[in-house]
Amino acid sequence: MSDLNTTNAAKYQNNFLKEVEEMVEEGEWVKMCMQCGVCSGSCPLGSSWAHPPQELFMMIRAGKREEVLRSDSMWMCTSCYNCIVRCPRKLPITHIMHGLAAYAHKLGMAPKMQPTRDFSLIFWKNCIHKGRVNELKLTISVYFNDGLIAGIKKGWSMRNVAIGLLLAKRLNPFELFKSHDCKDVKGIHAMLAKAAEIDNRRHQHTA
Amino acid sequence: MSTKEYAFYPGCSSQLKASASNYLVSVNSMCKTLDVKLTEIPDWNCCTASISYAGGSELSRLVMNARNFALAEDNLPGQDIVATCAACWLGARESKERLDHSTQLMDETNEALAAAGLNYKGTAKVRHMVEVLIEDFGYDALASHVVKPLDGIKFAGYVGCQTNRPFGIDGESFENPMYLDKLVDTIGGEALSKYEQKVTCCGGALAFSEPEKSQKQIKDIVESAYDQGADMIVTPCPLCQANVEVYQADINKRYGTKLAMPVTYYSQLMTVAYGGSAKEAGLDGHIYKPKKLQELAGRNVAAKK
Repeated sequence: MSDLNTTNAAKYQNNFLKEVEEMVEEGEWVKMCMQCGVCSGSCPLGSSWAHPPQELFMMIRAGKREEVLRSDSMWMCTSCYNCIVRCPRKLPITHIMHGLAAYAHKLGMAPKMQPTRDFSLIFWKNCIHKGRVNELKLTISVYFNDGLIAGIKKGWSMRNVAIGLLLAKRLNPFELFKSHDCKDVKGIHAMLAKAAEIDNRRHQHTA
Repeated sequence: MSTKEYAFYPGCSSQLKASASNYLVSVNSMCKTLDVKLTEIPDWNCCTASISYAGGSELSRLVMNARNFALAEDNLPGQDIVATCAACWLGARESKERLDHSTQLMDETNEALAAAGLNYKGTAKVRHMVEVLIEDFGYDALASHVVKPLDGIKFAGYVGCQTNRPFGIDGESFENPMYLDKLVDTIGGEALSKYEQKVTCCGGALAFSEPEKSQKQIKDIVESAYDQGADMIVTPCPLCQANVEVYQADINKRYGTKLAMPVTYYSQLMTVAYGGSAKEAGLDGHIYKPKKLQELAGRNVAAKK
């Protein structure tokens, strides 16, 4: 168990709902769910969720901490916002799913090798590195995430897509060396360091 | 007509030789006809999209977006921020909403922004290019520039998710938004109003991480366009465009289908209807060539109305 996981599990004991309300982005909305199931029925990848949103909400209230945080369900969210616009109680379900996933990751409880978790981390790292996304490096990082051989295989299987984009002038092999960077990368890193400091300060305040 | 000016937020995918670079080419051509002046927000950065949640905290994502707002307010005061990418628009607008509704987040964001020498005041409005077209011009004004109506070309209007939900275009429904079809009609094309995958999700970022699940979505989106007799799909979203176009070969391999459906942007259609060349419309940026649009763009027309 990670330190934070041990601390928070002890702190909230049997009140997982309270933990979600205080620690998960938009988690304070969970208690508003009335179990109608419209979110679950509206999700484009609904059948891929072991526990669709409505079920996750009930599991949170039932204190199923391990089952919820170790689940790969919320990592199936495509951010389509169908659930949000259809929810009769206007819960920000998309954001709660992202919040749960991020919290599980922070506690070290997210499933290992979860592809969307990995992509999310790669994307964030890529976009803050120079302030703008480098699409070529993003793709390469994703393909080689499972190792060198897997990366070569994946790259080879996608070669036709790459050639198509290259011919359409929508992929630039030179982005490997020179990307579209922000000028004030230093300022961006400074403000993000400050944001992390504020996050920490807030966390210590609630702890 | 007087020039309309906006603080332009083009987004990462629109950059030279990036996945939606041809979208930007066509937007620029369309705006030239409409006498719209887009000034890029100097040194704008990524909106962090919807997928960054595991890596970036709420505050860091807000700070990234607020940096763009602050730069726009400082350098282009009084101008609305206009995004062409659905994810940029959503990321920016969502951030703005959270900041405008929470003094704590606003204070913390500005504390972080100060480290980059910036301050966000909360004045700049965030809008999508489609909103500019519909609200600042209106269909009639948009129609007045048409010199080459897209006669006889059938379009499946694929709106997708993030230009439609959770904000959408004012006055439109989430389940059956009509603006894309109306835009097609406005420039003389045939909008296939029975196209039933109009607001289906293409998988978004999960096209990368969960290709099988996303490609099932994309297959439905393309097959339905074929069922309706579409010549091409048209969309306002660069990720929809890329996902729906580039994975068709993969889908053909997986399912034994023979998909080869062009996927275009509304701005490309408008550029051609306004008399622009294939190059000005960015029609050279496709894997599946939108042939009927290319032919029309190459055809000479009589003098402008």
